[in-house]
Amino acid sequence: MERNLMKGNEALAEAAIRAGCKCFFGYPITPQTELAAYMAKRMAKAGGVFLQAESEIAAINMVLGASSTGVRAMTSSSSPGVSLKAEGVSYMAGSDLPGVIINVQRGGPGLGGIQPSQADYWQATRAMGHGDFHILVFAPSSVQEMVDMVIKAFDLADEFRMPAMILADGLLGQMMEPVSFPEITAKTIEKPWATNGHKNARKHNIVNSLYLQAPDLQRTVQERFERYEKIKQTHTEAESYLTEDAEIIVTAYGATARVAKSAVNAAREAGLKVGMVRPKTLWPFPVRELNEGCKNAKAVLCVEMSMGQMIDDVKLALNCSLPVHFFGRTGGVIPTPNDVLAEIQKIGGAL
Amino acid sequence: MAVVFERPKSLVDVSTHYCPGCTHGIIHRILCEVIDEMGIEGDTIGVCPVGCSVMAYDYFRCDMIEAPHGRAPAVATGAKRSNPDKYVFTYQGDGDLAAIGTAETVHSATRGENIVVIFVNNTTYGMTGGQMAPTTLPGQVTQTTPFGRDTDLAGFPVRVCEMLSTLDGVALAQRVAVDSVPHVREAKNAIRKAFENQKEKKGFSIIEVLSTCPTNWGLTPIEALGRLRNECIPYYPLGVYKDKYAEEVAK
Repeated sequence: MERNLMKGNEALAEAAIRAGCKCFFGYPITPQTELAAYMAKRMAKAGGVFLQAESEIAAINMVLGASSTGVRAMTSSSSPGVSLKAEGVSYMAGSDLPGVIINVQRGGPGLGGIQPSQADYWQATRAMGHGDFHILVFAPSSVQEMVDMVIKAFDLADEFRMPAMILADGLLGQMMEPVSFPEITAKTIEKPWATNGHKNARKHNIVNSLYLQAPDLQRTVQERFERYEKIKQTHTEAESYLTEDAEIIVTAYGATARVAKSAVNAAREAGLKVGMVRPKTLWPFPVRELNEGCKNAKAVLCVEMSMGQMIDDVKLALNCSLPVHFFGRTGGVIPTPNDVLAEIQKIGGAL
Repeated sequence: MAVVFERPKSLVDVSTHYCPGCTHGIIHRILCEVIDEMGIEGDTIGVCPVGCSVMAYDYFRCDMIEAPHGRAPAVATGAKRSNPDKYVFTYQGDGDLAAIGTAETVHSATRGENIVVIFVNNTTYGMTGGQMAPTTLPGQVTQTTPFGRDTDLAGFPVRVCEMLSTLDGVALAQRVAVDSVPHVREAKNAIRKAFENQKEKKGFSIIEVLSTCPTNWGLTPIEALGRLRNECIPYYPLGVYKDKYAEEVAK
């Protein structure tokens, strides 16, 4: 298969086009702007729509409009811009609309910084807008995974009629790696609910998130959560690395997992029994995979580029059966393998 | 027996939630008459956002999308760009279009999005119980301007058609009213022209319809029509503010 050297942001865009994305709506923000620039060059030639919106809010609502008609649509942004999309994502979830949202995370809160960060974990997995709902959240750790996960995000979003997010970060977005694009057999998922003109051949369709009768709203939300339960059972993903005999398990996702893996290798060389579990889906969180990886563990170290957000899910998944330590750095202060190794050794010395 | 007057086919035969005397019913009707006359119900996608029109998806028989507050032009942009052969319209109130959705309004207009915007201006937030709108007249009493709109404190109303008429992307900006039979006829013709513009890919057409809100104005329906005529029309003069193609023909 042909391999190309590509920047993460551009690979995300190319993968989306190949996955059948017909509409991209975006707004400039560092560090994801290359994605929109790539779409501006490529989308029209690929027979799709590229439009620079007047705001992040408009962009996500354009996605809502396009998606309502049954078309694959995407928007991308970085942390402060993703906050602005929260309203639209909530409406999409409440209207059972698919769609892909890219977050190439930077530091926060507020304007924060423009360096890589993982401080939007809570937002992505807990509160991507008001109301009771979830979105699918994928966490790539390489440019190749960005490609693979965008394709999967479109497919699962359509299948389960819900928004999906790629939670990347500025490091992955900006770095270049060789990637290959798999032969994609575009899944054709019937969308009989789409509002694309009834042609006098069916009843009119309505895309809507309003239920003024409380029991109707409850029933709709409960049905949606039954769907979420199915996804939790069948669509979790994680990479397990050297976990078989590991007494210490490091948990990390995205770019941080690359650093953590180096630290795990160094620890092994120093004779410590250390492994890693890297969640690839953040919602649903890979509870089963983490527990499997921790079967011989005595302690867990969660490493993040934040003050500690995924650690909540790690603790919930392990149900407090193991001590969970934390090591984190905030936006732009990327942890080094030596930093992580020192934490591992500290935990190892106390076992 | 010959039928001389009947319900438009694209207007669903249900009771609406609108208050007695509200002119939404007239505007719904003339919009549906246009859709019927053009025979485009099966190719039309309507977008209704938050406000009194929020449940209009139950009243129009074409496919309908309910948009977040103010975002209808963005939602319509997404629907139209991905379905250029369909007719897409929004049906928005003044709070929605001229306050929370101002950016979406201005930018869909300046991009020349090939859509129709029906802008129902009744100078108040009807759905939430009659608060000050961006179009509330100076001195007008509302729930949030209990002593009348004080322009020193709350600023001035927005004249939407005048403002949008400065943008090159706008094909048609016209203000009409539904206070009398001649005005209703004029309003229907304007809506028809807006949809014809879309058919001919002429770009963004906005029809501002001056409307009443008897409930929140605290007036009877007849009195409300009087207020529309005597207070609203003088502040918001009726007429064509921009007709790009008529101007080009004239040149």
